[in-house]
Amino acid sequence: MNVLDIIKPENQVFCKSKLMTDNTLSYCPGCGHGTAHNLTMEVIDEMGISEDTIGVAPVGCSVLAYDFMNIDITQAAHGRAPAVATAIARTWPEKYVFTYQGDGDLAAIGTAETIHACNRGENIVIIFVNNGIYGMTGGQMAPTTLEGMKSSTSPYGREIESMGSPLKMTELVANLPGVHYVTRQAVHTHKHARKAKKAIKKAFENTRLKKGLSFIEIVSNCNSGWKMTPLESNIWMEENMFPYFPLGDIKVNGVLK
Amino acid sequence: MTEEIIIAGFGGQGVLSMGKILAYSGIMQDQEVSWMPSYGPEMRGGTANVTVILSDERISSPYLKVFDTAIILNQQSMDKFEESVKPGGILLYEPNGISQHPTRTDINIYQIDGNKISTEMGNKKIFNMVVLGAYLKIKPTVELNNVIEGLKKSLPERYHHLIPLNEEAITKGMNSVKLYTIENQVC
Amino acid sequence: MSELKLMKGNEALAEAAIRAGVDAYFGYPITPQSEVIEYLMTERPEDRTGMVVLQAESEIAAINMVYGAASTGKKVLTSSSSPGISLKLEGISYLAGAELPAVIVNVVRGGPGLGTIQPSQADYFQSVKGGGHGDYKLYVLAPASVQEMADFVEDAFDIAFKYRAPVLILSDGLIGQMMEKVFLKDQQERLTDEEVIKRHDSWAVTGKTNRERNIITSLDLQSEKMEARVRRLMKKYEQMEKEDLRYEEYQTEDAEYLFVAYGSSARIAQKAVQLARAKGIKAGLLRPITLFPYPKQVLFDLADQVKGILSVELNAGQMVEDVRLSVEHKVPVEHFGRTGGIIHTPEEVLEALELKIINNECIRHH
Repeated sequence: MNVLDIIKPENQVFCKSKLMTDNTLSYCPGCGHGTAHNLTMEVIDEMGISEDTIGVAPVGCSVLAYDFMNIDITQAAHGRAPAVATAIARTWPEKYVFTYQGDGDLAAIGTAETIHACNRGENIVIIFVNNGIYGMTGGQMAPTTLEGMKSSTSPYGREIESMGSPLKMTELVANLPGVHYVTRQAVHTHKHARKAKKAIKKAFENTRLKKGLSFIEIVSNCNSGWKMTPLESNIWMEENMFPYFPLGDIKVNGVLK
Repeated sequence: MTEEIIIAGFGGQGVLSMGKILAYSGIMQDQEVSWMPSYGPEMRGGTANVTVILSDERISSPYLKVFDTAIILNQQSMDKFEESVKPGGILLYEPNGISQHPTRTDINIYQIDGNKISTEMGNKKIFNMVVLGAYLKIKPTVELNNVIEGLKKSLPERYHHLIPLNEEAITKGMNSVKLYTIENQVC
Repeated sequence: MSELKLMKGNEALAEAAIRAGVDAYFGYPITPQSEVIEYLMTERPEDRTGMVVLQAESEIAAINMVYGAASTGKKVLTSSSSPGISLKLEGISYLAGAELPAVIVNVVRGGPGLGTIQPSQADYFQSVKGGGHGDYKLYVLAPASVQEMADFVEDAFDIAFKYRAPVLILSDGLIGQMMEKVFLKDQQERLTDEEVIKRHDSWAVTGKTNRERNIITSLDLQSEKMEARVRRLMKKYEQMEKEDLRYEEYQTEDAEYLFVAYGSSARIAQKAVQLARAKGIKAGLLRPITLFPYPKQVLFDLADQVKGILSVELNAGQMVEDVRLSVEHKVPVEHFGRTGGIIHTPEEVLEALELKIINNECIRHH
């Protein structure tokens, strides 16, 4: 089979979502953001809701999400995406509103907005990509940085005594009555990506049924920030991140697992 | 006609609501009105005061230094506002709890025993209406029927059954106000 | 047809917002403006017009909720008082940068810091000189009566949507807390979702249909694009100066001395004009209704006629700088104002004119 054969439509085995633009992704090769974007767009496309979906982009690596997702998006101030999404969902109750946020945005500067949007049970979807580091600003410590993990602001490794423990935001919000669905997923293998997509779909279904807030954490890698090859970073993630941030459903249909 | 009034006393004496009823009454007779309260924690247990202006013209400053009339319901307010009555103006006060009676001779001073009258009527809450009646006797800036209309406007519907009692209190106040002169002061 | 009521400034503003067909209010309680959200919660505008009212977890959340609803072309309002506005400034800068229409109300109290809950005009600089980060300005309306607290809501939204820019209503504790007669306009219908989409489809994020996707952001990583954005903003501000300047003159025709004052101070200065005239001093008042745009030319021209100008403000001297810039040293300009929540009386204002302007003039002449 030569190249011309390979690119024939009938031989195609994978393509990006129709709702992804043709702009080149600005993420580092090996980063999970591209897959998380694509899965989200696939779900919106398959549900046929793109005309009724409004996205809220954060500050952080995915600040430019609007360059890649071919839907209407407003980009929020750092940490405020849940407040922005609250107002959109309240004034357009028939729309599908989601935020796409990283760990610095959602679990540090935006902690108050996250907790209160969850507590009010806003009818929105929050997609939370947790890679344990501040990627965009050059690898500083995040609230989710693991104990002992090195970053440019924890150059000798995170010390619990002075820097606190890695924050399990997802478990925290699961305890709030307003939150309907909480799950933790990953996207670094096909198997994980398929499960993550199912979870994202369930979340948008919840919006359609006006069930309240769905919260999906995606534990991901940051090979640049972690100073590893993409493959090394995925192995490191499985060995170090997953034990502390275990994958799986935490709350389904309003009931804690 | 412009009438500039300060009403001052303790929080809970109905100072602000008396001012509000006066302002509503002014509206009932097509006057311009303003009601400028002191607000915030100083009102809780401390002094409360409100500046009410009734005028046939557009009102400029809602905040004033001198007044045509001062209605004074406690000692702190007496200390603060006796001097702010314009020469020839009116100072009406409730003598209960006043230790330092007014001493000015260039103004007209009146007393109303609002506490005693409202207690006799069996409802301390109409104290401020007794005082309002006394004021209206001295200076009929607004007509009684407009005060009743003003009461209807400012009171929630569920309190409208109390309007006759308020009217009675106003009338009692009108009939009980006394001119105070330095000579007849009881030492 | 309109309805006559006796209301506090804060309540009149809230009622006017319902009647102006505002889609949403997001706020957080703070003295002396809590009556705005209290009134709205009591009135249940959700039942009356479908207007959304939400008490946010903070002023920061509230202003970002405003950003969210404004992104979709809805008419959205927030209100606060000085410390709360400081918290909102980041969001206000984002609104300006992302070119979103919204109305923000500041019922000013004294500062800095937690300061006092009593009236003040010490947020003039914050309001007209940016406040938040970056090259932006706010269109600033300064009401001086309860009637204007009501009327300016609709005026503010007209400007906000004309320019797709945030507008500030700069009030203070005196105007917010006092009651006056107010004529309220009849209820305006809120726009339907379809009407909002039709009107704002060129920019608002309401769901991508057959058009290009709409993006709301204040970010331009390419410097040339960012400079173009800043230039676009500056052009709006120039147009505001040409088309939407508002001011009021009181007894200026033959005035020899001029007070310049806005909001509550303008009311007090108006009385000072009356007191001055009763004493034979020909005083007048210029009241800027918009603080940006500022009546620079009017002041420049009046400076040819008057002998001196007193800027009367409830602060330690802020607007006086703009008065001085406007009159370009043609005549002496001084400041008078009380701070800490103390309100100057008309008598004090007149005395300050005599001491700082009229008497000094004698000294200058000798």
